[in-house]
Amino acid sequence: MNKQTVAYDSKVEGEVIVTRADAVINWIRKNSVWPMPMGLACCAIELMAAGGSRFDISRFGMEVMRFSPRQADCMIVAGTVTYKMAEVVRRIYEQMGDPKWVVAMGACASSGGMYRSYATLQGVDRVVPVDVYVSGCPPRPEALLDAMIKLQEKIKDENSVKNLLTKHPINKIRKDAVS
Amino acid sequence: MGEVKEVSVGDIGSRAAEADPELKAETMALNVGPSHPSTHGVLRLMMQLDGDSIKECEPVIGYLHRGDEKIAENMTYNQFIPYTDRLDYLAPLSNNVAYALAVEKLANLEVPDRCQAIRVICCELARISSHLLGVGVYGMDAGSWTVFMYTFTEREKLYTLFEELTGARFTTSYTRIGGVARDIPDGWLGRVDSFCKGVVPILNQVDKMLTRNRIFMDRTVDIGVITKEKALSYGMTGPNLRASGVDLDLRKDKPYLGYENYDFEVPIGLNGDCYDRYLMRAEEIKQSVGIIRQVIGSFPEGLYYSEDAKKIFAPPKDKILTSMEELIQNFMLVTEGPQMPKGEVYFEAENPKGALGFYVVSKGGGVPYRLKIRGPSFCNLSILSELLPGHFLTDITVILGSLDFVMGECDR
Amino acid sequence: MSEIEKSELLDRFAYLSERESGDHLAVNCPAEQLIEFCTILRDEFQFDLLLDVTAIDWDVATPRFTGVYHFYSTVKQMYIRVASDCKDNIKPTLPSLVSLYSAADWHERETYDLMGIIYEGHPNLKRILMWDSYPYHPLRKDFPLAGIETPLPAEDVVEQTNLKVSAAPMMGGPFVSSGDGKMSQTEPKAKDESWNEEKGK
Repeated sequence: MNKQTVAYDSKVEGEVIVTRADAVINWIRKNSVWPMPMGLACCAIELMAAGGSRFDISRFGMEVMRFSPRQADCMIVAGTVTYKMAEVVRRIYEQMGDPKWVVAMGACASSGGMYRSYATLQGVDRVVPVDVYVSGCPPRPEALLDAMIKLQEKIKDENSVKNLLTKHPINKIRKDAVS
Repeated sequence: MGEVKEVSVGDIGSRAAEADPELKAETMALNVGPSHPSTHGVLRLMMQLDGDSIKECEPVIGYLHRGDEKIAENMTYNQFIPYTDRLDYLAPLSNNVAYALAVEKLANLEVPDRCQAIRVICCELARISSHLLGVGVYGMDAGSWTVFMYTFTEREKLYTLFEELTGARFTTSYTRIGGVARDIPDGWLGRVDSFCKGVVPILNQVDKMLTRNRIFMDRTVDIGVITKEKALSYGMTGPNLRASGVDLDLRKDKPYLGYENYDFEVPIGLNGDCYDRYLMRAEEIKQSVGIIRQVIGSFPEGLYYSEDAKKIFAPPKDKILTSMEELIQNFMLVTEGPQMPKGEVYFEAENPKGALGFYVVSKGGGVPYRLKIRGPSFCNLSILSELLPGHFLTDITVILGSLDFVMGECDR
Repeated sequence: MSEIEKSELLDRFAYLSERESGDHLAVNCPAEQLIEFCTILRDEFQFDLLLDVTAIDWDVATPRFTGVYHFYSTVKQMYIRVASDCKDNIKPTLPSLVSLYSAADWHERETYDLMGIIYEGHPNLKRILMWDSYPYHPLRKDFPLAGIETPLPAEDVVEQTNLKVSAAPMMGGPFVSSGDGKMSQTEPKAKDESWNEEKGK
């Protein structure tokens, strides 16, 4: 008699999880990233390869490529952004609903890369805030997958509730060179 | 069953207005792109629509203009090779070869047989790679997603071959002026051969899925017809021109790289419609496979670079580290560039998309004075403003897919 | 296959002069006779493909601009290069070939955009690669590779991002060099004063 029960049989524990709102929201967001391929140049081909059968981006829960910004929450800027294209990239970014993230795929999108010329924007971070930069010209599909996993880790640690109450910090673009 | 009336495309609004003047239709402006899944790049089309049919179309390009020609004027000839990768980024190897051939023509340089054979394999593999994507994406545009998966899997195999040869999946920078970067790896030819064996059944599968597919044919036959005269007048080249019935293939007409030694057919289209342009690419892949097999069958021994190109081609690395003369040669090559004679040349190579031309003006020295790149996609797209009006809005995806363009070489 | 001899052309057309060339048949044609000559090229000599239209900026020399055309004959399988000097160095003009070849339309717009050659008779001569309000012609030799600071046309985007065309940084970029003279004076990073982003502050 008076045996202490150590088994798991509490009804309360079975149906309630005590956690932080941030953790839940981030968990949901992290595993349902819908990327929008902003395919501009060569990197877009590697982006397609990442979606193809060999690399298969869907293993990480991010395969729902949406071509409409209104349905997507992660913009993958794949390719050289020229000044003529920059305003378009910004407009498309603004059409995405909050919260939203940006991955700069490849050297051109990150920093202008090998195109140091009159027509090329020296890094897409001058028009949109970038969360993850991927190096390479073009990056291998594995590098893109790695970047997406990094993005998931970043989403996991965000202050989502605080950001819900305040304005989402979307204006973190780099202004050192253009102000 | 009621009588089926022939409704000609493009006059729905005017017919409605004829029937009832009150029903005067207004045209609607529609903008497609520059970021749009069906445009295959950053192409923008500004259109005036009458109902569902296109009245006017103005293509807007330049969203990927990166200043390649200006960059070339500020670089030595060798330094520009990586930029040629990114012109037609679906077939970088053939761009490399075309650029190297243009500069070699300026330097009056002949490369050895082995180097030519390697380059031919490169060009044809690039052609296969480009057309595989062209056909696959075209299938996707017409509603057949499966074809894309089939062809993309084959492209991945090609990428593995490219990687082994050049070190990169598709920005290869493989050729050098006066040769190629390195000799082919051991056993590579055998793997190319087995790829060629493997790709033919896949092509047959694609053929079964598309060629006599009712839906595909309904969407492509007699859509986007380009007459022979129109195609010539707009300066179209490559498969798009041949689909219109013009027999122009620079590999046959102006043989370079020893193409005259290989036996292959140049397919010619009948009607110049979207369907013919698909057939053209499907057949060219098969021809390219044939060419590669012939090259492998008679692969010459020898050097992979030209020995005459002492002042142009970087000496082998082991020699640089051990021999004074080669060290100086390498140093001069890096600091001053390959010394070229004064003059101007224009060279075109038959690339997957059409004739990729380089017009090189040299004042002597290691830097081109002016380098003009003639991108075939640029010319192939210029016909859009005349081709699209009269078609339905839904035909745009098919027509754009059939033209198989790349904005990288269109905007440069 | 009937090859056209250079002498055949030069004898027949007094206004033509021979042009030095590393490969194909090449002639110089004065701008006034360009349309007349190209019409004959197309109709009589069967050069049915206009492959390329471009121009060269000779910098300090006079005439400063030379328009260059490449034609190909699908019948005779041969190329011809026709070059035509622009008389005026400040406002270079050439006649437009759009009425002969539709291909000239975009090519001439591109050359106008990048080189600033005005093609007289072109139905729609506006910029094609750069945006409409761009003030410079980037392929001219006096234009730096890095570009010149220019405002962008999209007001709403500029308001939010403060974006404008600024000269590209040349330090740390690809190692490039141009022209003759000492390397330290000719490479873009030496010519370009806006090489450092911090410097502008």
